This record gives sequence, C-alpha cells and structure tokens, in this order.
Amino acid sequence: MSLSLFVLQIVNGIEYGLLLFLVASGLTLVFGVLGVLNFAHGSFYMLGAYLAWWLSERTGSLLLAILLAIPAMVLIGVAVERLAIARLYARDHLSQVLLTYGLVLLFNELQRALWGNDVHGVRTPAALAWTMPLGETQTWPAWRALTALACVCIGVAMRQIVLKTRFGMRVRAGASNAEMVEALGIDVRRLFAIVFSAGTALAGLAGMLAAPLTTVYPGMGENVLILSFVVVVIGGIGSIRGAFFGALLVGLADTFGKVLLPGFASAIVYAVMAAVLLWRPRGLLGPAFEGR
Amino acid sequence: MKRRLILLAAAAALGAVAFSGDRFWLQFLGKAMIGSILAMSLDLLVGFTGLVSLAHSAFFGLAAYLLAGLSNRFDLVNPIVTLPLCVAFAAGCALIIGWLSLRATGVYFIMVTLAFTQMLFYLFNDSPALGGSDGLFVKARPIEGRAAAYVAIWTAVVLVYLLLSRMLRAPYGRVLEGILGNEQRTRSLGYPTRRYKLVAFVIAGALAGLAGYLDATLHGFVNPAQLGWRQSGLILVTVLLGGKGTLYGPALGALLLAFIEHYGERVTAHWNALIAALVIAVVLFLPRGLAGLVPGTRRA
Repeated sequence: MSLSLFVLQIVNGIEYGLLLFLVASGLTLVFGVLGVLNFAHGSFYMLGAYLAWWLSERTGSLLLAILLAIPAMVLIGVAVERLAIARLYARDHLSQVLLTYGLVLLFNELQRALWGNDVHGVRTPAALAWTMPLGETQTWPAWRALTALACVCIGVAMRQIVLKTRFGMRVRAGASNAEMVEALGIDVRRLFAIVFSAGTALAGLAGMLAAPLTTVYPGMGENVLILSFVVVVIGGIGSIRGAFFGALLVGLADTFGKVLLPGFASAIVYAVMAAVLLWRPRGLLGPAFEGR
Repeated sequence: MKRRLILLAAAAALGAVAFSGDRFWLQFLGKAMIGSILAMSLDLLVGFTGLVSLAHSAFFGLAAYLLAGLSNRFDLVNPIVTLPLCVAFAAGCALIIGWLSLRATGVYFIMVTLAFTQMLFYLFNDSPALGGSDGLFVKARPIEGRAAAYVAIWTAVVLVYLLLSRMLRAPYGRVLEGILGNEQRTRSLGYPTRRYKLVAFVIAGALAGLAGYLDATLHGFVNPAQLGWRQSGLILVTVLLGGKGTLYGPALGALLLAFIEHYGERVTAHWNALIAALVIAVVLFLPRGLAGLVPGTRRA
C-alpha cells in the first residue's frame, strides 16, 4: 500500500467514522437520557436522505433542501416521541424494541409508498463539486471534506451544550436520575421531547449529508442502524465521548477491512466489537449511566 | 383444562390436514408451524428467562445452510445423519455466540445478539461460495414429498411443546423462573445463573436450528434474508403477540400471524404497514399478548 493510498484510507475511515458518530450520538443520547433503545433511529437516517433527495429535486438546491428538511425531521421526532415513545418510559426493553421495530416497518412502508423502490442519486451543489489533491494521485472531494467538517463542528457544539449550558446540565441530570430531576420541578416531558427530536434531527442530518455520497435507496437506514449499535456498544451506551471513539474505530476498521480483507469487510467490524466486549463488557467508556 | 382442550383440538386439526393432500395448505400450515417452533423456543429465552435475543434467526439460518451444504456438496441427505448434525451445529454456534453475548446484560445483550446476527447475515450475503444474496437451493431434500415433510413438522411441533413444558416444570425451569424474577437473588441462593442462561440459550438455539432444518426441507431453498435481524424481530413479535411467558400463546400466535400475513397480502400491497400497525397496537394496548385475554392462565 503506497503512502498516498494509506493516507487516503485514513481520511476515508475518519470521514466515515465522523458520519457514524453523528448517527450514533443521537442514539446514545436518547438511550442515556430517555432510557429507550430506539431501533427507528436508522429510519430517521433514511428519511433524512430521502427528504434531501426529494426536496433538492423540487428546489434545485441541496443546501436549501437540507435547511428545509432539518425542521421537518424535528417535527417528525416530536410526533413520534409524543405519540409512541412517551408511552414506553416505564416499560421494559422488550416493549421498546418491539414498538420501535414496528416503527421501522412502518417507515419502510411509508418510504415505499411515497418514493418507490428505485435508487436515486443526489447531486452535490455545483459550488462544492471540486476536489482537492491528496498526494500525487489521490483526490478528496470537497463535499466529503465539508461533511467531515460539519460532523466535527456538530460534535464540538454538542459537547459545549451538554457540558456548559443550563439545558445541558438538565440533560445530564435527566440521564443520571430522571425522577429526581422531575421532583426538582423541571419539566421532564419537555426535556425528553427535546432530546428525542434532537436525536432524530442528528440522524436525519447524517442521512442528508450522506445522500450525495452513497445514493438514496430503500433499506439504507438499517445498515447504518446496526453499525451505530456497534459503535454505541463499543463506546459504552449513553456516553457521547465513547460514541466518538467507537465511531472512529468502526469507520477505520471498516475502511481498512475493505482494502485488506475484501471478502470479510462487513464481518471485521463485528469482530472488533466482540474483542472490545471480551475485554470490557460494558464498552470502552461505559457505563456512564449505570442502571438504565 | 380448557387450554389443554384447545391445544389438543388445534393439534388434531393440524394433523388432519396431512391427509387432505392439498399442496397449498400443506405448504402454508407447514411454514406456520415452523413459526410456532421458533416462537416457542424464543419464548424460553424472552418469556421464561428474561433474555431478549435477536440472534434467533441466525441459528435457524445456520442449520438450514448446513443442510444445503451437506446435500449439495456431499450428497448427504439421510435425516438420521443430517438432522442431528444440523441441530448440533446450531447448538454449537449458540454456545459460542451465547457465551460471548451473555457477558453483556440488559440492552447490551440485545445489541450484541443483534450484531452477531448481522455479522452472519453479511457473511452469507457477501460470499458467492455461500450463495450470496440469492441463497442456495437444496438439491436433494432429506424428506421427499410435501405430505411427509408436513407430518415431520407436525411431529416436531408437538415434541417441542412437550419438551419445553416438561422442562419448565422441572427444577431447571424453576431456576429460570427465578432468574426472570430476580437474577441476583437466584445467584445468591447458589445457582450459577450465567450457566443456566447459557444452557437455555443453547437449547433455544438448537430448537431454532431444528426449525431451520425443517424449513429448508419443506421449501428446498435457503437465503440470507432468513437469518437477518428483521426475521429475528418478527419472531419476537410473534412471541409478544401470542403472549410471552406462555408456551401455547406464541405457538398459536405464529399460526395467527401466518393467516394475517397471507390474507393481508391479498387485501393490500402495503400489508407490511398492517403488520406494523398490529405490532404497535399490541405493544401499546396488549402487553401480555393474546394469551393475556384468557383469564386465569399465566404460565404454561
């Protein structure tokens, strides 16, 4: 493997990892605060990608489509939380798994009914259609660089919000003991709704950013969902920092697996997870929120 | 008592279908009864031990693929050889996956079993030697003739029901019930709970393997979608729909779901939305499943 190819693989792996982090952070946030294991998280990723494609066809601009789709994702998140998830806070994990599994079936069917089974390509905005050179022979498309940059910015912003603001303090308190927070007079229902819709928006945004890179196709959410689960398990459920390191690990393992062991690329990620679990059954940085 | 009469009547009715010789009903009810085996065996984990496993479809698929491999590569079909081999293979895989997964508890367990299932799915889906995404045909089946396969499936359902209900009444089943109620207390009474859970996981995996073997025998082909996580989700749905923690509930739930699927497909192209609505409704309004509607029967 030449040096420039090696660098390119590292860049690709980190970039893929950052995108996974965007999805997984929403998943881990929702689990940490609400205590709900959300299988529909991948569907939100898929919905985001489809909205980006559909709206950019309508408006002619992907950036405008993203600006329109983010509030739509927030609304979807609020609706799902109020109508379904809110009824599950006191129930066991089995009910959560099954209800959100039902939502996965529902969203898949919705996607089939609205947009059909075709694969759609999404064009990157003309202003970002250039590439930058990387070494002598390789190039790095600007959209990919922008995606990575956006993921880093969102990650940093999320860290600042969770650690430095009053709202973030409530989120952390809600994660460690929601009942106590409620007893202190904070509206937990509202807090949960905000956190859930934020998670939905994060997954949707990841789908929108990925749409030009991966094309938009049925079932695209499920692959990402399972990988985010792997990320979250590796990092420790409920830990955003853990999700960050887990996502980079999975992104790099997947990218290098595809180059070094082509036939087993998809299996390598799971082997990494099994190894981490043998070493630390509660993930690298877990348990941040014991007992949930 | 009433429940036993219903079960006997259902078993007799299903048995009588074997003599009808109707190709459609043999295939349809055969598949539905395979669903019953899957649901009952998963219920051993979900309803009686408190382990929510998403790896059940994996053991189903592994046994089915092994049968396809034995039949296609080695011309080995005789059920006296292939049945124990396939079931033992599923049990062995369940031992490895269970040993690894049971290091984790609660939601970690759910996610880890899910990850192993997907790992196997991709292994079969991406590998041309294992049939790729199209799957494999089983060229020569262990039991030729649909009626004979149907009788084998019917016998298996009855035996699995009797085995599991016997096991759950035995001291072993009582320990599982203790684990479901309070694992720490059971452990402090001196029971090595993780080993008990692992044994349950292996038995359930072996029975799922039996179901996979019968399915490959009935349909003559296997494909990777059968071992994906959506299939596992569907088995979980069956268990909850029928009523977890009862054996007859999931067994009958599988039959009911097969009928809903069959007639739903006729009514609308979007019958998956029907299933989705049904799942959501059952979780929200019928947490104890259809068996919860039957008064006075909580445990099998």
